[in-house]
Amino acid sequence: MAVVPGNRERASAIFQDMSAIVQFENVGLRYGLDSETLSDVSFTLAGGGFYFLTGASGAGKTSLLKLLYLAQRPSRGVIRLFGEDVVTLPRKRLPGFRRRIGVVFQDFRLVPHLSAYDNIALPLRVAGMEEGEIDAPVTEMLNWVGLGDRGQARPATLSGGEQQRVAIARAVIGRPEILVADEPTGNVDADMARRLMTLFEALNRLGTTIVVATHDLPLIAQVSGAQMMRLDKGRLADPTGSLRYPPRQQGSE
Amino acid sequence: MASRADRRAAAAARHRLLPGGRVAGPMLWIIAIMMFLTVLAAAAGLGLGAAVQSMSADLAGRASVQVVEANPQQRDQLAARALTALRGADGVQAAAAVDPALLADQIRPWLGEEATSGDLPLPALIDVTLTPGDADAKVARLRRLLGGLSPSLRIEPHAAFLLPLAGLLSALGWLAAGVVLLMTLATGAVVVLAARGAHDSHRGTIEVLHLMGSTDVQIARLFQRRIGLDAMLGSALGFAFAAFVILLIGLRLSATGSELLGAVRLPPISWVVLALLPVAGVLLATLAARWTVLRALGRAL
Ligand SMILES: Nc1ncnc2c1ncn2[C@@H]1O[C@H](COP(=O)(O)OP(=O)(O)O)[C@@H](O)[C@H]1O
Ligand SMILES: [Mg+2]
Repeated sequence: MAVVPGNRERASAIFQDMSAIVQFENVGLRYGLDSETLSDVSFTLAGGGFYFLTGASGAGKTSLLKLLYLAQRPSRGVIRLFGEDVVTLPRKRLPGFRRRIGVVFQDFRLVPHLSAYDNIALPLRVAGMEEGEIDAPVTEMLNWVGLGDRGQARPATLSGGEQQRVAIARAVIGRPEILVADEPTGNVDADMARRLMTLFEALNRLGTTIVVATHDLPLIAQVSGAQMMRLDKGRLADPTGSLRYPPRQQGSE
Repeated sequence: MASRADRRAAAAARHRLLPGGRVAGPMLWIIAIMMFLTVLAAAAGLGLGAAVQSMSADLAGRASVQVVEANPQQRDQLAARALTALRGADGVQAAAAVDPALLADQIRPWLGEEATSGDLPLPALIDVTLTPGDADAKVARLRRLLGGLSPSLRIEPHAAFLLPLAGLLSALGWLAAGVVLLMTLATGAVVVLAARGAHDSHRGTIEVLHLMGSTDVQIARLFQRRIGLDAMLGSALGFAFAAFVILLIGLRLSATGSELLGAVRLPPISWVVLALLPVAGVLLATLAARWTVLRALGRAL
């Protein structure tokens, strides 16, 4: 195939980088009849990378993450996860992909009638893990996020920060290959925010690809080797310039 | 292989996924009422069907020949000739004169003592039992035969007397079957509405489960279990009440001592059919819930 000058980037996307875990190509998203919320979004994320997504409120961060965690289909463009085109994927194959992605929702989405413990256990149960094998990891996770003694509490009786930590524990307990977090430090104090980032870094070292939407710039500075994408009115800027040819490992540039 | 305790814990965890209490609101009670009415209607249909059947079996193969002749001597002669002719005729299994005393006994309640005094000319009666099959044609043939003997001989198939009644009863039976069918549709519709409501009110939980990789079938199973359980309770209640009422009505019917009403009783096999109704109800509810929730889930990504 002839590589037309000026089309090098496209060509490189076609010869897929094997380490690419997420690929967006000219993705557009339009809600209803409004103008596009996301336009011409193209990027590639390497497996094992740590990425921040920033941008003003309303820039489209949540919308982009929704495409990533398969809560929404794009209006146009191609999205590949784990090397497979997920835009044309039949519905019944989506659950398999979703189980490989952990999500911390901006609004937590804890199940209100379930205890913190049961909320955290949810992904394991969905995956069909035997009941006897659930207790150890859930208890460990509760302790990890500092809620060891609040396991039986309902979400409504937890503070915003505590709910957020339950949401994070739930997102990571299934050892997802990709962790997507939408403003995960929005409701916690600076100290807890730092601890959560340390937690994310630990997961990242275990091989999980991390994508965090935030507009907390000091937080971004805290994670060395992380890369940054910036959304501006639904268009992607690439301030670190490394998204299209991401390094195989973080910090190797 | 999961241990029993493990399976129980898993079931409890699944149970917790939807909040406690009835997911489908008052569906349980509606199903109880529907099941009550369905079982009653089915019992009525089965009872009437059985009555019509036994009545027809009794009557179809029989006919009466009347000798309408005022002169007693001529009447007896004619009756004897008719009896001989009938016994020799094709399609007649048996023919016997009805004892005039018996006839008088039967008529006495209607006409009083004069009936037996001999002043009142009573027709002589011959009971004819036809060979099985095609009673109408045989009766017509016998009518021609007897007509050739004397215009005073009349043959009347028994079925003719009760034909309108049998027709009415079987129409009622079909009506009952129609009611059962409508009840089934209505029950299905109630479950569809209840399942849709349950789905809508748990949309948030469903979305979270979906995004964690739950399959539609996993989610539908949660609802279908709960709704199936409600349906089971409702059906059992409705069936128990209906059975109670049917037994009561049965007692009252046999207390009337009427042969006609007494024929309207449930053969034991009907109870088996009735007992299958709640089972079918639970199955229907479970399937309707599953179908509804799967359809609703299919609309989301
Ligand atoms: N479900 C939706 N339907 C219609 N418009 C939406 C929906 N979700 C988001 N939007 C719009 O898309 C734009 C981007 O929103 P969002 O992705 O939430 O941005 P951010 O997360 O960066 O604040 C906003 O203008 C918002 O109103
Ligand atoms: Mg947002």
